[in-house]
Amino acid sequence: MKRENRLKGVGIYLLGFASLFAIWHVAATWIMPSVLFPPPWQVIVKAIELARDGTLWEHASASLARIGLGFAGGSLLGIPLGLAIGSFPVVRRLLEPYTEFLRFIPATALITVAVIWFGIGEGSKIFLIIYTTIFIVIINTAAGVAAVAPNKIRAARALGAGPLQVFFFVALPATVPYILTGMRLAMANSFVTIVAAELVAANDGLGRMIWDSRMYMLVDQIFVALLVLGLLGFTADRLFRWGIYAFAGRFSPVT
Amino acid sequence: MSSTPALVELNGVSKVYRSLQGSDYVAVRDFSLDIPAGEFFCLLGTSGCGKTTVLNMVAGFEATSSGTIAVAGKPVTRPDADRGVVFQGDDSLYGWLSALGNIEFGLRMRGIAKAERERKARHYLELVGLKGQDHKHPAELSGGMKQRIQIARALANEPQMLLMDEPFAALDAHTRADMQRELKRICRETGRTVLFITHDIDEAIILADRIGVMHAGPASKLKGTVAVTLTPEERERTHDKFTAVYREVHGLIRDEVAISLKRAH
Ligand SMILES: Nc1ncnc2c1ncn2[C@@H]1O[C@H](COP(=O)(O)OP(=O)(O)OP(=O)(O)O)[C@@H](O)[C@H]1O
Ligand SMILES: [Mg+2]
Repeated sequence: MKRENRLKGVGIYLLGFASLFAIWHVAATWIMPSVLFPPPWQVIVKAIELARDGTLWEHASASLARIGLGFAGGSLLGIPLGLAIGSFPVVRRLLEPYTEFLRFIPATALITVAVIWFGIGEGSKIFLIIYTTIFIVIINTAAGVAAVAPNKIRAARALGAGPLQVFFFVALPATVPYILTGMRLAMANSFVTIVAAELVAANDGLGRMIWDSRMYMLVDQIFVALLVLGLLGFTADRLFRWGIYAFAGRFSPVT
Repeated sequence: MSSTPALVELNGVSKVYRSLQGSDYVAVRDFSLDIPAGEFFCLLGTSGCGKTTVLNMVAGFEATSSGTIAVAGKPVTRPDADRGVVFQGDDSLYGWLSALGNIEFGLRMRGIAKAERERKARHYLELVGLKGQDHKHPAELSGGMKQRIQIARALANEPQMLLMDEPFAALDAHTRADMQRELKRICRETGRTVLFITHDIDEAIILADRIGVMHAGPASKLKGTVAVTLTPEERERTHDKFTAVYREVHGLIRDEVAISLKRAH
């Protein structure tokens, strides 16, 4: 029974995806037939071709590496900062100007500055991804700490836990789902930011691939990059949702 | 009773809450109470009279504004493992730990070896009637089961005393009656000293060796105490001796309910 339901769920899910491609196909072959709007099969053929000659891998891995490094860096910095902000009012007051001010300046607005500061290479990209990740992670983590039920902490103290133990065995695990949620949102933002940054200034990456294709009017190649972006983003997000689910089943619900 | 030294001593305790508007609220004033070791003491009072405030101070969660509280002769300055607390709601349980993980939490924090703490945790899991539920997480347990986990968690730490704040208030009548019976049995078996808060007179008579009734707030203190010397058979609502105690306790609290209702308007 359970397995049947699950299969049904997956089936409906795949159907949803199939309909996306079907609509795309209908639109590109009958509604707006144009060399500027390739149908799905043409894009897939092109994708296979680009995958064979290594171009696709080169650009996709460049973008992924930047996202991976920046995202890891931003999370690694953001989690402890968020924990500190959530735990200590002094730290909150000290860092609030940064979080409250900077989070309204989008990473895309900083692309030019980043390139001037860190050059056209990896430095500027990783800086931008760290920047776009860190505030979301900080804010979600801090909110998670603030949301820990005071009775959980009181209970631990009455069971003999010291302040450090309360932090590591109560506050931290109780905050994990919030941290994961923040990281998941930050991951989506990283995809937006990396493409924008690569469009403006980069030697490789999916954004650069789109830009180059535009110069030579290789519309199907643009679509390959878009398709790959969608797939990579989707996979990354799935992995995170799975992570949240694996933990959050044991936690109070978030998101 | 006066010959045995009290385990818990509250001496002229007051609690003033500072409000954000600047007007202070005196919740408790000049509250004094001695609880001898091994006694099951029920604190009874109208809503908002300051019962939780008293418990929080004994637990060490909140400081007294004046007066002293001592447990086993030692002044209370902070929460510690000698006073186990059972909270009214279930939000104090750790959702990421199993039932067993919750019960052995205190032992783990106190550095007890794994084998030993698991043995103890299982013992108390069984004592509260949850044998075989060890691997379940709080989200998978009913309200009554979660309260049992809380009680087992507090007991497994083997504190000198238990502080319980309306632990059964959110349960249905059947589960509550069940839990009352079981708590009484556990306390008889383990000889724990208990400070138990309730606003249910029946519950107090079923459980207590002594019942203390508080004045309506603000500036509340103990109005009087009633010793309950009933046998287990006499602790039935229909029993004559039960109703006699009921009348006595009700006589103490009746006026306070009226006062508290009037103040609320
Ligand atoms: N943190 C606080 N700040 C300000 N006032 C408080 C605070 N906690 C409690 N009070 C006030 O102190 C009084 C006593 O509160 P307390 O929670 O001790 O009552 P209670 O007897 O436990 O009531 P109930 O039976 O409803 O749980 C109430 O009037 C309440 O408004
Ligand atoms: Mg209360």
